[in-house]
Amino acid sequence: MTSPDGSRTKDLTLGKDDLLHLYRQMVAIRKFEERAAEQYAHGKIGGFLHLYIGEEAIAVGAIDAMEDRDHVVTHYRDHGYAIALGTDPRRLMAELFGRSTGVAGGRGGSMHFADPEHNFWGGYAIVAGHLPIATGLALASQYLEQNYVVLCFFGDGATNNGAFHESLNFASLWKLPVLFICENNQYGMGTAVEYASAVREMAKKAIAYDIPAERIDGQDVLEVREAVKKALDHCRAGNGPFFLEALTYRFRGHSMADPEAYRTKEEVEEWRREDPILRFRGKLLAEGVATEDELNAIDSEVDAQMEEAVRFADESPVPDPSTLTDYVYTEPVAVR
Amino acid sequence: MATKLLIDAIRDTLFEEMRGDDRIIVLGEDVGKRGGVFRVTAGLIDEFGEERVIDTPLAESSIVGVAIGAALHGLLPVAEIQFFDFIHPAMDQIMNEAAKIRYRSGGDFDCPIVIRTPYGGGVHGALYHSQSLESAFTREPGLKVVAPVNPADAAGLLRSAIHDPDPVLFLEHKKAYRLIRDEVPENGHTVPIGKAKVVKEGSDVTIISYGMMLYESLAAANALEEKDGSSVEVIDLRTLRPLDKETILASVAKTGKVLIVHEANKVGGVGAEVAALIAEEAFPYLDGPIMRVAGPEVPAMPFSPPLEQAYLPNAEKIGAALEQLAAF
Repeated sequence: MTSPDGSRTKDLTLGKDDLLHLYRQMVAIRKFEERAAEQYAHGKIGGFLHLYIGEEAIAVGAIDAMEDRDHVVTHYRDHGYAIALGTDPRRLMAELFGRSTGVAGGRGGSMHFADPEHNFWGGYAIVAGHLPIATGLALASQYLEQNYVVLCFFGDGATNNGAFHESLNFASLWKLPVLFICENNQYGMGTAVEYASAVREMAKKAIAYDIPAERIDGQDVLEVREAVKKALDHCRAGNGPFFLEALTYRFRGHSMADPEAYRTKEEVEEWRREDPILRFRGKLLAEGVATEDELNAIDSEVDAQMEEAVRFADESPVPDPSTLTDYVYTEPVAVR
Repeated sequence: MATKLLIDAIRDTLFEEMRGDDRIIVLGEDVGKRGGVFRVTAGLIDEFGEERVIDTPLAESSIVGVAIGAALHGLLPVAEIQFFDFIHPAMDQIMNEAAKIRYRSGGDFDCPIVIRTPYGGGVHGALYHSQSLESAFTREPGLKVVAPVNPADAAGLLRSAIHDPDPVLFLEHKKAYRLIRDEVPENGHTVPIGKAKVVKEGSDVTIISYGMMLYESLAAANALEEKDGSSVEVIDLRTLRPLDKETILASVAKTGKVLIVHEANKVGGVGAEVAALIAEEAFPYLDGPIMRVAGPEVPAMPFSPPLEQAYLPNAEKIGAALEQLAAF
C-alpha cells in the first residue's frame, strides 16, 4: 500500500475561523472516540464499537461543504458524521453507554446513531443496506422539488454488494441528487481490497453506471471539502449523482476486538504518518494561520467538552425496561 | 353499490387515493407503461405520469429500499413486487430496515410504505410464481401483513395501508384477481388493519382461513351443513399481523372446535401461530384438537395440474378434517 501524496494539498483559501472550525471538528471526533475507547476498556460501553480514528477528514470536509437542507446517510462507523453535523456529543456518548438520554434512547448504540434535527438518517449496520434508502431520499428531493442532496457514505466493502450496484443504477437512471462517497480504507473488516474486489479503484465502478467519479485524498480535509462542494453543485444542478472515492486508512482495529492479523504494524505506522489532524495542524502552523497555543487551546476545550460528555452519559439514567415495546408501531399494537 | 372484481377494486382504489394525495407514488417492475404483469396498475401512468408511476429496474432490494427512503422524507410509496416469489432479494430492506426503522429511531422516523404483491397458486405458475410466503413476514414485529381476498376488503384495507404510518405488506391472491367479484362500497370506505371478519356465523365448529382457501372453506362448511346439519362458523382473518385475537377467541369460546386452513406450508405457517394463540388463551373452551389443513412439506408448487391439485387444500380435504373434528 502506498500512502497518498502528502503534497496534494489545496491552498488555504478559507478564512481563519473556518479553518479552525475544521480543525476543531476533527479533534472533536478524535477525542470523542478516544474517550469512547477508554470507557469501553472500563466496561462502561459494551457490544461492538467501531472507531473512525484516522478517517476524520472525510466526515468533516464533506459535512462542512454541505448546506443545512442536505441529508446524510452512513455506514455503521458513524460517530464522526454525527459530531460533524453538530449533534450534542453528550447525547452521542449516552447512546454508547446505552442510556435513555442517548440519541436513540439506548435502542441503537454505536452503529445506529441518528439525528432528525440535522437530517441525519443514521448509521446502518448492514453493509450497503443504506444505499437504496439514500437513493429513495434523493427521489423524494427530486419529486418534492426541494433541491437537497443526499450524502451517502459507505466503505470499500460495500461496493461489492448487490445493493450498491442497484442503487448506483437507480440513481443514475433517474438522475437523482445523491452524492456517493466511498471511504476506501482498504479493508472490509479483515479482508484487504485486493482479496475482495476485482476492481481496486472504486471510482471505476461508478463510471460503469455513467456516474462521474473522482478519487481524492481522504486524509486532506481541504481537498475533501473542495471535492464535495463541487460534487454537490453538480448534483444540485440536476445533473444526477456524483461519486467520490476518498482514499483513507483506519488507524484502529475494525472494532474493539480485533487482533489485526491481516495487516502489518509497518503499514499501520506508515499510514499514521498521514494522520489527517496532524497534517492539517502542521499546515495551519506552517502557513501561520494559527499558533501552537491557539491550537492547544482548542484541544483543551474539546477535552473538556468530551469530559463533560462522559460525565453526562455516566450520570444519565438507564432506559426503563417497561419501555421495551415502545415504538414498534406508531400506535401500540397488542400482537399476543 | 358497484360490483367489482378483486383486481378492479384494487386498481380503482389506487386511482382514487392517488387523485386525493400527491404524496402517493407507485413503483415497481413494469407498473407503468405495461400496467403491471396482471394489469393492476393499468392506466395509472396515463393519469399520473412517469414521476408518480415509476417503472423500475429488476432490482427488488432497491425497489423496497428506495420506497423506504422516499417514505422517510414524506412520500407515501406503494411498491410492487411483481410476484411474491421475487421478494427474497428485498428481505434485507423489509426485515432489517422497514420493520426496525421506527424502533431504532425511538419513534423519530416514519416508514409509511405499502408493498403490494401477488401470491398464491392454482394458476400453473410452478416454482417461482405460486408461493405463499406470508409466515416469513408475519413473525416480524414492526411489519403489518394483510391478505384481503374480498374486493370490498381489499379496497378498504389498501386505503388503510396507504395511510398507515407503518410498513404494510399487502398480499393479493393472483387466482382471486379475476375470479372474486363482490359489492364494493363507494366514498372511500376503509377497513381497519388488524380486524378479522366472521364471514359465516355458526355454532358447532370454527374454520379460520384467508385468501383463496376462504372459498374452499365456505364450500366445505356448506356441504357439511347440508349433509348433517352442522353449524360451521367461518372467519376470514384478512389481517395476518397483527392477528385479531378478540374475534378468534370469541369464536372458539362459542364453538369449542377449530380448523385452520391456508394454502401456505403447514409447518411454521400462520396457522401455527393462530393455533398457539388458541392453545394458550382459549384452552378451557376446546372440545377437540386444534386442526390444520394447509400446504404440504413440499418446497414449491409443482407445475403439472395433477401435482398442483395434490398440493392445494380444497373443499374435500377441508370437509374430511371437519368430519374428523366433529367426532370429538
